[in-house]
Amino acid sequence: MTDRTDRTDRMDGTARKGGSQTRPTASRLAMVASLVVAATPLHAQAPAVATAPTLAPAPKLVMPAVETAKLANGLTLQVVPMTELPLVQATLLIDGGARLDGSHPGLATFAAGMLDEGAGGRDAFQLAAQLELLGASLSPGASWDAFTLSLRAPKRTFGDAMGILADELLRPTISSADVKRQRDLRIAALLQARDRPASVASDVFGYTVYPASHPYHYPISGDSASTVVLDSAMVRDFWRRVADPARATLILAGDISLAEAKALATKALGAWKSPASPLPLAPASSVTAATAEPTTIYLVDKPDAAQSVVMIGAPGVDRRSPDYAALTLMNTILGGSFSSRLNQILREQKGFTYGAGSDYGWRPVPGPFVASSAVRTNVTDSSLAIFFSEFKRLRSEPVTDAELARARSYVVLGTLGDFETTRQVASGLASLNVFGLPLSTIPADLERIQSLGAADVRRVAEKYLDPSHLTVVIVGDIKKIRPGIEALHLGPVKVVDDMGKETS
Amino acid sequence: MRYRHVLAAVALAAIAPPLAAQSAPLHVPFVIDTLSNGLTLIVNEDHSAPVVSVNTWYHVGSGDEQPGRTGFAHLFEHLMFMGSEHAPYPEFDRRLEAAGADNNGSTTEDRTNYYEAGPANALPLMLWLDADRMGWLLPTMDSAKVDLQRDVVKNERRQSYENQPYGMVADHLPGMLYPKGHPYSWPVIGSMADLSAASLEDVKNFFRKYYAPNNAAIVVSGDVKADSVKRLVEHYFGAIPRGPAITRPAPAAFSLQRDTSLVLEDRVQLPRLYYAWHTVKGWDQDDAPLNVVAYLLSGAKNARLTKLMVYDKQTASNVFAYQNGARLDGDFNVVATARPGHALPELQHDIDSTLQRLAVAGPTATELEQARNSLEADFLNGIESVRAKANQLNEYYYAIGTPDGFQRDLDRIRGVTAADVQRVVRKYLTGPRVIISVVPQGKQNLAAAGRATP
Repeated sequence: MTDRTDRTDRMDGTARKGGSQTRPTASRLAMVASLVVAATPLHAQAPAVATAPTLAPAPKLVMPAVETAKLANGLTLQVVPMTELPLVQATLLIDGGARLDGSHPGLATFAAGMLDEGAGGRDAFQLAAQLELLGASLSPGASWDAFTLSLRAPKRTFGDAMGILADELLRPTISSADVKRQRDLRIAALLQARDRPASVASDVFGYTVYPASHPYHYPISGDSASTVVLDSAMVRDFWRRVADPARATLILAGDISLAEAKALATKALGAWKSPASPLPLAPASSVTAATAEPTTIYLVDKPDAAQSVVMIGAPGVDRRSPDYAALTLMNTILGGSFSSRLNQILREQKGFTYGAGSDYGWRPVPGPFVASSAVRTNVTDSSLAIFFSEFKRLRSEPVTDAELARARSYVVLGTLGDFETTRQVASGLASLNVFGLPLSTIPADLERIQSLGAADVRRVAEKYLDPSHLTVVIVGDIKKIRPGIEALHLGPVKVVDDMGKETS
Repeated sequence: MRYRHVLAAVALAAIAPPLAAQSAPLHVPFVIDTLSNGLTLIVNEDHSAPVVSVNTWYHVGSGDEQPGRTGFAHLFEHLMFMGSEHAPYPEFDRRLEAAGADNNGSTTEDRTNYYEAGPANALPLMLWLDADRMGWLLPTMDSAKVDLQRDVVKNERRQSYENQPYGMVADHLPGMLYPKGHPYSWPVIGSMADLSAASLEDVKNFFRKYYAPNNAAIVVSGDVKADSVKRLVEHYFGAIPRGPAITRPAPAAFSLQRDTSLVLEDRVQLPRLYYAWHTVKGWDQDDAPLNVVAYLLSGAKNARLTKLMVYDKQTASNVFAYQNGARLDGDFNVVATARPGHALPELQHDIDSTLQRLAVAGPTATELEQARNSLEADFLNGIESVRAKANQLNEYYYAIGTPDGFQRDLDRIRGVTAADVQRVVRKYLTGPRVIISVVPQGKQNLAAAGRATP
């Protein structure tokens, strides 16, 4: 039974900044002495709420202190001691991820998913039981650009739990029976994803924005054709060739010192050797960039849909681009916050949607820029027109000083809460690691954002947000929405299936 | 979501590692006060990061709605962001964003919560905004605001239910499980017709009755000083008058007399089975054992239903069990999706026989230890952030009358025995239930078999 209903769920998908954040030291809340006020003012007086408070200066951002070491086999350690709770969060990060799928879309995520289906002589049930008895959780996975094994355990069982992590990393079973079962489960999951309009839109967006030769063309889990052919030999060979300590970093945040971390890592992972023939990992910069095509609208039919899911975008920008800070600021104003233009207009002024936003996918190979919403069927064309007019407005007129100041503060001050927990610290370090960027990138980016103005926002909008070169994917009731969309004359309208293939 | 086992804690003096024999108390420091207008204030100092979260619970939810106005409590939640006399729309979001803070709200059958979280220096702003909308919401409220958020909520309903596979189960399940008139017999999101019917007058009446300081509790958690927080809260909230006392008759006791079944055709690829039993409310003595049962059934790969259905027989692509112990009542649910080529009666057979075995023989000692350790670890994992902790303190305060519920919550999980598990399975999960089958269009033949009805 669904029993919780939120005001908005949009913010989860719209990152307000690209990197990660810090764990600042405690600072005092400067409390104004004059606030000692009578609890029940006289009726004639204005209530205390008549005057908005003046805030004390914001706390300073203090980055976590990262201690590093390297094991003989090339494994890098990054340790952030945080002793608030007797817990340790470990993230083993290996460069690669779905970028290494090659001709087998979905292979990286599948291989990572096999690690906890049996390892070190234990089956999936024994692994689960042992971890749970230790009070630990361990989840292997793959993103577009990295493999991760995330472990969380109480300090006192952390050493034992690291032993299980090492088994999954170095001694996964990957039996044919297990591969067959997981393969069938993935096929079922891919089938079910076809039922969700947002999943279909996202997949078709990848198919249409990135050419077939690009690593981001296929969904990260592949498709049923690329899944049915997976077998244990292929998966085992793949994992052996990608699990390379020279490409790996072990991040530890929590109740652990560098010396303890080194001893534990050496014991568990000291014997980890680089594979004889590691899978070649081309530098991200060598991947041919996808180019934005002239604006085209792709429609996927969902007869009688209650809403149209709309995604609009193009290949994005390199995280290392000097325009990163300006783009972050621009996106915050466009669709990266509740008060952003897209959400204000489409939700709060028009009532067309539950939420609208935009986002840059920061990945080593540039990920997509995407603006999106789910809108009422009979306002699909009007919504599309608003998206495009907002893109154009960012290029044709300067953002206001108030918007600029608000967006800057939202990004910069919001960072203060981003290194509060061990989980945040580990994932923040991991997300910088995939770009090969140091932690000092964050304060540098924030400083840059503080210095940017309306001209910078307009410049990056003109450079990167070209309304004549955007891909539009809409999953909805074509019979009802097509005429209005065509009347906008944004570009050719094509009807495609859920694999992005033209049907008429 | 009720955060049953999500502990939101704090700078803990000592934390019990999740291994059963531990006895170190789990204590989250706090101070609690009540203003003269009845507003409860709970402050938890946590100086580990320069952030603060303000979390306000109003003790009103969809269970308080009137017939013909389902979904109203949640619609009202949306209106609380539409500006108040001294912070007119859209000041609420703009000022918080300019201070680097986030905010949101959510509604359940029992309560409506609101939070702000951000840099510690933003606390006076958060409290000022919350005070103004608690005391001065109506002067700027009008039909246009109601109409606008009505549209937004209708879009939310489309997005989260109508345009989601299996989404319409939420419309049917509450009314099949709970008798007509029971506060949990309709969905929180409400019906389109009732949302259309909500009026400005309804908004005013609802606000006056339920959005008064004596029906609310504020938790402030973070890098703050309790004394200063109290002064600020008195300053901003002190002038808000007390509202009427609210009495809620307990819903009449009931039990399902027979299985009720429903088959829904939906645009889905795979059939899915929903089982729901009427059980007990949260913190009932049988609530913790039922939570352990849920873990034993689907909490890990070696849990009984997961192992049997997803791994061994491979009839299901997923299976999920949970006890839903709310303030007034509760239910236990099992949801399973068939693998391609399998029909729901196969899933039914596996679930029924698994429950029978648990009823007859109970769990093994190892199984139970794993369940307790895992549920205990969940406690520890939720205690790091001030925003989770603030909400948990408020949840404990409303559920058991004190924010100091962490250790009690842990103790009741630790205290569950094999006999408890066996008893609650027999008592609740072998009797009449609601059975909903969601099948692909035109595939009624894949639906679950209802047990014979008299």
